[in-house]
Amino acid sequence: MISLINKNAIYLAILLCLCFSCKEKNSATNKTTTPSVTTIGDIPIYDFNDLEPLLYTNTNKTYIINFWAMWCAPCVKELPYIQEYADKNPDVEVLLVSMDFIKDIDTKLKPFLKERNITSKVILLDDPDANSWIDKVNPDWSGAIPFTIIFNNKTRKFYERSFENLKDLEKQITTNF
Amino acid sequence: MKKISILIATICLSAGILTSCKNDTSKKTGEVTEHKQNEKGHGEHGDHKGPPPHGEKGDHKGPPRGGSPEQTRTLEEIGGYKIGDVAEDFSLKNVDGSMVSLASYKDAKGYIVTFTCNGCPFSVLYEDRLIALNNTYAPKGYPVIAINGNNHENEKESYEAMQKRSEEKGFTFPYLVDEGQKVYPKFGAVRTPHIFLLDSDLKVQYIGTIDDNAKSPENVKVKYVEDAIAALEKGEKPNPNFTKAIGCPIK
Repeated sequence: MISLINKNAIYLAILLCLCFSCKEKNSATNKTTTPSVTTIGDIPIYDFNDLEPLLYTNTNKTYIINFWAMWCAPCVKELPYIQEYADKNPDVEVLLVSMDFIKDIDTKLKPFLKERNITSKVILLDDPDANSWIDKVNPDWSGAIPFTIIFNNKTRKFYERSFENLKDLEKQITTNF
Repeated sequence: MKKISILIATICLSAGILTSCKNDTSKKTGEVTEHKQNEKGHGEHGDHKGPPPHGEKGDHKGPPRGGSPEQTRTLEEIGGYKIGDVAEDFSLKNVDGSMVSLASYKDAKGYIVTFTCNGCPFSVLYEDRLIALNNTYAPKGYPVIAINGNNHENEKESYEAMQKRSEEKGFTFPYLVDEGQKVYPKFGAVRTPHIFLLDSDLKVQYIGTIDDNAKSPENVKVKYVEDAIAALEKGEKPNPNFTKAIGCPIK
């Protein structure tokens, strides 16, 4: 009995250590650490510093990062194409960066995603001083959305426009990646 | 035995605290209703590596960095006025039925030309600030002139909807229809709200956003448009003269 308590105490201690050691990036422990980002109803809220590392990779895996919002009509229109592409290509990683309002997460964003069967990973970017970070994403980006980055460790493509259909998106990826 | 395990736990805990991030006060995960920006830059980043260092940031004309970027429509291609260009005057219909042009303002020292619309939440967030800008600066010679560049066949952006919005909010400035969507591409307005501050010679002196916080006016730190006007008043060039913001695309 005592040894059981001991074991639990040790596990707890190790777990705590892992949780607290947040400076260790890219190590094997990453999977066990918990993101320090606040989440509301499964949607993590990031500022640009949280988001920035996700815009780069050192592997040849293809990533699609789409900046969008529910209030942006062309974004809403292209979202199903991106989801469809994600469904057909599980080896491609899709991240939907929502520019919506925090207050709308539970009441609007979650029902919106459910209704449209959007199962790709969604995070909410809440970083009000957009002028400070838009150029860091891409100096040619005006700030209008939708805006999409498709990249791996060799190639980066920026799209300040919406994809017209699934084919359009597929073509961009097959010809460039 | 029990003591040893407590000892181990204590050592680990203190080690953990020592290696933890500075200022990281909130360790809560899971469902939190209150929003807080916590410490940055870690978590499940998987194989992502850090971004390359930022060199010359803030220069919108600079070449894109990293990889071989390709953009379908770059800012350059979108075109429109650049700082120092002289804007062409326009004559557009106001919500009160009158025609408004820049030449209608005889004594203007400058013009706060603002592309906005009815439906964009970012435009709505800035309505009160736009009214305040006009009330403060129109008497000083810098009137706000709002233009709706969206397609007016869209019900939400129709002339009637604009009239309604202007009346509801009590706009103290003209709210003009860009009929045929001819004026906004000349300026190169791409999102709403998008401000073009012109001087008395219609020379473009500032392009960008009103301030640095759309979502909460009380947390604004930099008022770009007001700073730009202050610079013009002193006979100086606005700095910065170009800012970006997230906004709704003009469609």
